[in-house]
Amino acid sequence: MFDALQSIIPTVLFYSAPLILTALGGVFSERSGVVNIGLEGLMVMGAFIGIVFNLAFSDVFGSWTPWISIVVATIIGAIFSIIHAIASVSFHANQVVSGVAINMLALGIGVYLTKVWYGKGQTDMVDQPFYTTSIPMLSDIPIIGPIFFEGIYVTSYIAIVFAIVAWFVLYKTPFGLRLRAVGEHPMAADTNGIKVVKMRYIAVILSGAFGGLGGSVFALTIVSNFSHATIVGQGFMALAAVIFGKWHPLGAMGAALFFGLAQSLSVVSAGIPLLENIPQVFLLIAPYVLTILALAGFIGRAEAPRANGEPYIKGSR
Amino acid sequence: MTTNNKMFGILVPVISVLLGLIVGAIIMLSSGHNPIKGYVALWNGAFGDMYTLGETVRRTTPLILTGLAVAFAFKTGLFNIGAEGQVIVGWLAAVWIGLVVDAPMIIHLPLAIFTGALAGGLWGFLPGLLKAKLGVHEVIVTIMMNYIALYTTNEIIRSVLTDQKTTSEAISATASLASAWLQSLTFYSRVHYGIFIALFAAFIMWFIIQRTTYGYELKAVGFNQHASNYSGMNVSKNITLSMVLAGVFAGLAGAMEGLGTYGSISVMSGFTNLGFDGIAVALLGSNHAFGVVLAALLFGALKEGAGEMPTSAGVPTELVDIIIALIIFFVASSYMIRWAILRFKKEEN
Repeated sequence: MFDALQSIIPTVLFYSAPLILTALGGVFSERSGVVNIGLEGLMVMGAFIGIVFNLAFSDVFGSWTPWISIVVATIIGAIFSIIHAIASVSFHANQVVSGVAINMLALGIGVYLTKVWYGKGQTDMVDQPFYTTSIPMLSDIPIIGPIFFEGIYVTSYIAIVFAIVAWFVLYKTPFGLRLRAVGEHPMAADTNGIKVVKMRYIAVILSGAFGGLGGSVFALTIVSNFSHATIVGQGFMALAAVIFGKWHPLGAMGAALFFGLAQSLSVVSAGIPLLENIPQVFLLIAPYVLTILALAGFIGRAEAPRANGEPYIKGSR
Repeated sequence: MTTNNKMFGILVPVISVLLGLIVGAIIMLSSGHNPIKGYVALWNGAFGDMYTLGETVRRTTPLILTGLAVAFAFKTGLFNIGAEGQVIVGWLAAVWIGLVVDAPMIIHLPLAIFTGALAGGLWGFLPGLLKAKLGVHEVIVTIMMNYIALYTTNEIIRSVLTDQKTTSEAISATASLASAWLQSLTFYSRVHYGIFIALFAAFIMWFIIQRTTYGYELKAVGFNQHASNYSGMNVSKNITLSMVLAGVFAGLAGAMEGLGTYGSISVMSGFTNLGFDGIAVALLGSNHAFGVVLAALLFGALKEGAGEMPTSAGVPTELVDIIIALIIFFVASSYMIRWAILRFKKEEN
């Protein structure tokens, strides 16, 4: 049992971190009333920038490279998401359509530039990915230490800390209240002097930042290079986590951890007595089936922000 | 007003395509390629000779059908982002029938096509039902259904259709859409009879929407559910049926790939992208059957022509994906284009 936990929990944390980060981005965007199907594309952009920056500057920054790479990927992700904000907030474009375009555009740009810069469809492996570490002091605690703090990626804990920060910002600060108000009833918020357009821009840009961060963490912990197949569905799984977590930062984190568990079980289940007989396919589709069930109301009703997906046009009713 | 709308209906897609191509040229310039050479290669890759022409038609076939799948649901105010999954299950079902049934062509081929369409319809039924009965948003459900289709289909190919292999056997000749006649016309490209099925499907969609009571009800539900309900239409039946029919179109697209182009099905590492491209096709075609056919031809030509770009002009094929994404942005942001046109007109007066 202990051995099983020691092999599962670090894997769960490892698979969940990018999902948690990206899902937080989704929570911010959707809470402000902008549907973000483009999370997948934002992750692609983050993964691309993270890998390219790491390859280009690993000589300059040494062991700091992965950290600086994810910061740069966060910034570029934020800038890239402005396209979605302009289309869906300013030009009243259909937000789902704009999100689909973001996904196509990110993958197109990423692979196009990879081919132009590296002359082939995928980059080399990075020299400076994230490595597992043991956290000093904490890993010496009996039982808990080896399970939670030995051989893990620091990025997993950063993701969890960000989830708590996001909860605090959304539910305990005036900024968060305004952001949620804009997503529930933009006209009422506008009447109270909240700048709807500005809040939605901020929320979408935050989702770009988190998506870029999530994508780069995924690339630098799990795959170590970039190609068209680096991000396949993680963004949509993060979107599922947003909904399964009922548009709440901590709920989304819980959902992402749960989906991470399902993903890692499909990888390590062969070694675990109870699970080795379950076909892998059930674990692979579990997150998606559960999300549909949650939406249908079988696992507590998932209620979207009231104005989610509707462009706000001043003066219209 | 109506003449204005009609004008915009044609102008917006045309301007969007032109803007997309212009930005594509700028991207080629800034990455050190010659855009004229690039676009000449694109043209030759799509229409250069009979072979590429055949391949362009082959690529257009499923795009027409997925475009119809998205456009049809749009008419009822539904966003069918699940064409992707419906294509996959349609493909699987059609190939399955093509493999296991033993019958003369006149029964076998229609049966395989029908089963593919039915599978797609079933895959659209669940999101439709959930939307109609429980008000669950169809976008999320169809995305989830896409992944369920992908993983389940891969598993079925590995453990049911084959013994842990990645590609199924080829289907029997009696279930094949391949056409010796069309192939001999086009230097043995993979073009098949599916194009006629796709064009017929476009006609059927036009007929249903424009000429039947059912189509009238669908559109009415799309415009205003409450008013439709008040005038005695069954809103939830219309929503469910609309998703089912959309799924049927997408399932047919899968059947075209399975019975026409490939004659088999392989384990997929990711999506076919036919469904997502279908969104672009429907959007550019203004959700109109005829527009969908034209838009599918444009995207089919772009995608087929892209194959020629790396060899003749050194431009990576992904340039076309960027152009298509940009075209979607421009069409979706048509508010901007309309505003610019109106502004321009005002200054003239």
